[in-house]
Amino acid sequence: MNEQVAQIQKEQSMVIQKKMIGEHFEKLAHAEENGQKVVYTFVPGNLNELILAFDMLPVHPEVNALQSGMRKQSGDYIQEAEKQGHSEDVCTYVKCDIGMLKKGNIGPTGHKMPEPDLLLLSYTGCFTFMKWFELLREEYDCPIVMLQVPYQANGEITPNMRDFVAHQLKDVLVPKLEEISGKKLDEDRLSELLASSARAEDDLVWVWESAKHKPSPIDAYFGGVYYIGPIFTAFRGVPECEDYYSSLKAEVGRRIAEGLGPVTPEGVLTDQKYRVVVEGPPNWTSFRDFWKIFYDEGVVMVASTYTKVGGLYEQGFRHDPGKPFETLAEYCLGCYTNRNLPSRIDLLADYVNEYEADGVLFNSIKSCNSFSAGQLMMLRELERRTGRAGAFIESDLVDPRYFSAANIKNRLESYFQMLEARRPAA
Amino acid sequence: MSESRRQAIIEQCDTLYRDLALGYVRDWKQRTGGKAVGHMPVYVPREILHAAGVLPVGIMGGGDNIEIIRGDAYFQSYICHLPRSTVEMGLAGKIDCLDGMLFPAICDVIRNLSGMWQILFPDTYVRYMDFPQTFGDAGHRFYRFELEDLLGDLQKLSGIEATPERLNHAIELYNDNRRALAELYDLRAAEPHKVPTADVYLLMRAGNIIEVEEHTTMLREYMEAVRDSESPMLDNIRVVITGMFCEQPPLTMVKAMENSGCYIVDDDWMLGARYQMGQTPISDDPMGSIVDAYFNDTVCTATRYDADGGNGRFLVERVRERDAEGVIFAAASFCDPALLDRPMGQSALNQADIPYTAFTYSENTGQVQVIKEQAGTFADSIKLWGGA
Repeated sequence: MNEQVAQIQKEQSMVIQKKMIGEHFEKLAHAEENGQKVVYTFVPGNLNELILAFDMLPVHPEVNALQSGMRKQSGDYIQEAEKQGHSEDVCTYVKCDIGMLKKGNIGPTGHKMPEPDLLLLSYTGCFTFMKWFELLREEYDCPIVMLQVPYQANGEITPNMRDFVAHQLKDVLVPKLEEISGKKLDEDRLSELLASSARAEDDLVWVWESAKHKPSPIDAYFGGVYYIGPIFTAFRGVPECEDYYSSLKAEVGRRIAEGLGPVTPEGVLTDQKYRVVVEGPPNWTSFRDFWKIFYDEGVVMVASTYTKVGGLYEQGFRHDPGKPFETLAEYCLGCYTNRNLPSRIDLLADYVNEYEADGVLFNSIKSCNSFSAGQLMMLRELERRTGRAGAFIESDLVDPRYFSAANIKNRLESYFQMLEARRPAA
Repeated sequence: MSESRRQAIIEQCDTLYRDLALGYVRDWKQRTGGKAVGHMPVYVPREILHAAGVLPVGIMGGGDNIEIIRGDAYFQSYICHLPRSTVEMGLAGKIDCLDGMLFPAICDVIRNLSGMWQILFPDTYVRYMDFPQTFGDAGHRFYRFELEDLLGDLQKLSGIEATPERLNHAIELYNDNRRALAELYDLRAAEPHKVPTADVYLLMRAGNIIEVEEHTTMLREYMEAVRDSESPMLDNIRVVITGMFCEQPPLTMVKAMENSGCYIVDDDWMLGARYQMGQTPISDDPMGSIVDAYFNDTVCTATRYDADGGNGRFLVERVRERDAEGVIFAAASFCDPALLDRPMGQSALNQADIPYTAFTYSENTGQVQVIKEQAGTFADSIKLWGGA
């Protein structure tokens, strides 16, 4: 670790991504005057290629919420929603979004967010999403489309599930998108977008698997959340997204060649003492402080599940331009939290073994039952199956009241000592 | 005579309610050689289980009748209580007479509980039931396929073929049960002083356990017993309570609300039995009838998507139909569906100028005094000023 670096270090890919996101929000700010239609939708299993095929712009409320969290604005928004009658107990992404709306709907870049022309309720892996858009439907005078994505309760996608989603896409969503955009679906264009997605997905998988190297050239959790930015949001399917991932791949390739670790906010992590797999979303309000606990101790995250909420590409899925509706249906169905608990445990156990991890960390999120309910049992099962030590901490997505830095640090320091104790003798 | 009959029925229900080890189900299995499958709160098509010779058993958690020891090691403090008491009962072997468990789509916690059950009880049949939330042709096809698949599983489990005749017979029995339940709810709304809410609650709970024909008979006998009751009408307000469709309130809380000056004239607990409002037609295609009934004739509740924002409207209609003066939103702590639904319900009530109050509980809430005081204050405010 280079402790002399005063300025926060950023990878080149992060700079590129920042520019992409800035341009997207610029487009959103001028959507109405430019006649562009806007679709509010969710990240997991999103239908970006289909939205782009109609030249519409996507908005992801949970991304706005996490960005508000990182900018320390979420606490005020949550309190605003609670003042309006929302419970203290429920998802803070929802309350952050509602609070932001009630306070003028100013987005993360300081521009007012455009109102939606369509609420596209695709609730892959999260029942709460359904309630969230029901609440937004009360606020906006626009159509809403429900796209139901069945849960992989037995750890597989059945033909009945795939047909159900594909038919909803063809029979309900596409006609509505055609009506709102005033354009007929150009299937050739959609196929081009899907082909582009697949190429970017190839590069992302290469980046994830680079963590099998020692030292790992990436941090697959704290760095990983940046890597998923373009592909899980507004950019999958466009050349800029492909460029981003090819440049990321080149950047990671250089680090492998030079034997370097990931870039942290305070420099390159080279002395990697422990390799850890992480389950659960990060805390956004104290993201950098949380990361620092790990890189200060030489901990690198070699795989994570949160970075698979928008698709598990390393298990072979690629968007297939030859069968657009079926592939979009499979994408929606295949996201991480749409998998049952046994499948999630299998995946984590595979990560521990394939990435030669020393342990597994669960960051259990108060706001997110979709992730959290059952995690204590998952931890026990993983320890039993892999023999590696697990740690369990609790925080929240964007509610600063639920991040106890001292408690988390104490727990993690004990955990790191346990990893040290379990390290095989040299 | 009638009062003693009423008491006998309610005592029988109370015994069933407190018997977390499901003695009735064990006896039934021994007596009939049949199979029993549990289902978590909210709707599952029980006709299908019945037709396959399977006894449907509604599992509502352990309430305040079980000490949670192991269950707390499975769920963080910010997750509702029902799953932890259900796991407790499972690990303690209390519900090991069940040959399977169905987990209807209620929320993310119940969804994940289905996976936990797969791991904890690998020798038991486990099925998560994903109900359509989109009501076009695709949803119809999806649901029919899922139900036929479920039926296939149940037939394998019981060894009994659910012929169309058996399905139609089961439909008739559950239609009759729904008619009796509707009569009971109408009677309570018309003469709440004769039908204490705690009685209604226990009668509903009994319906989770005993055979449907027996339950229908029990309901009719109860109504016969109380119709001529001379209980005095108290100066209570008439309220609808909502938000209790999954984790159940302790019985003491149900009684406390009524004792605080509120006649509960409608509620949404145990939506396993009252999810469908009308009758399922007898037809040459009974499975099609069951599917249609789900699509066309069910309540609006937080676990079901309503394309037109109908949940609030449905609540207002219930208030008007029951001639209620206010609404109590009572949700289990950390219940995402109920708590996220609440602002929409409140908004609809505001527009309709209907007063309401709101609180949360858990299934093992021990101190109900605060709830009683809040419900009492709400009742007083309506009595004194006509609004909360």
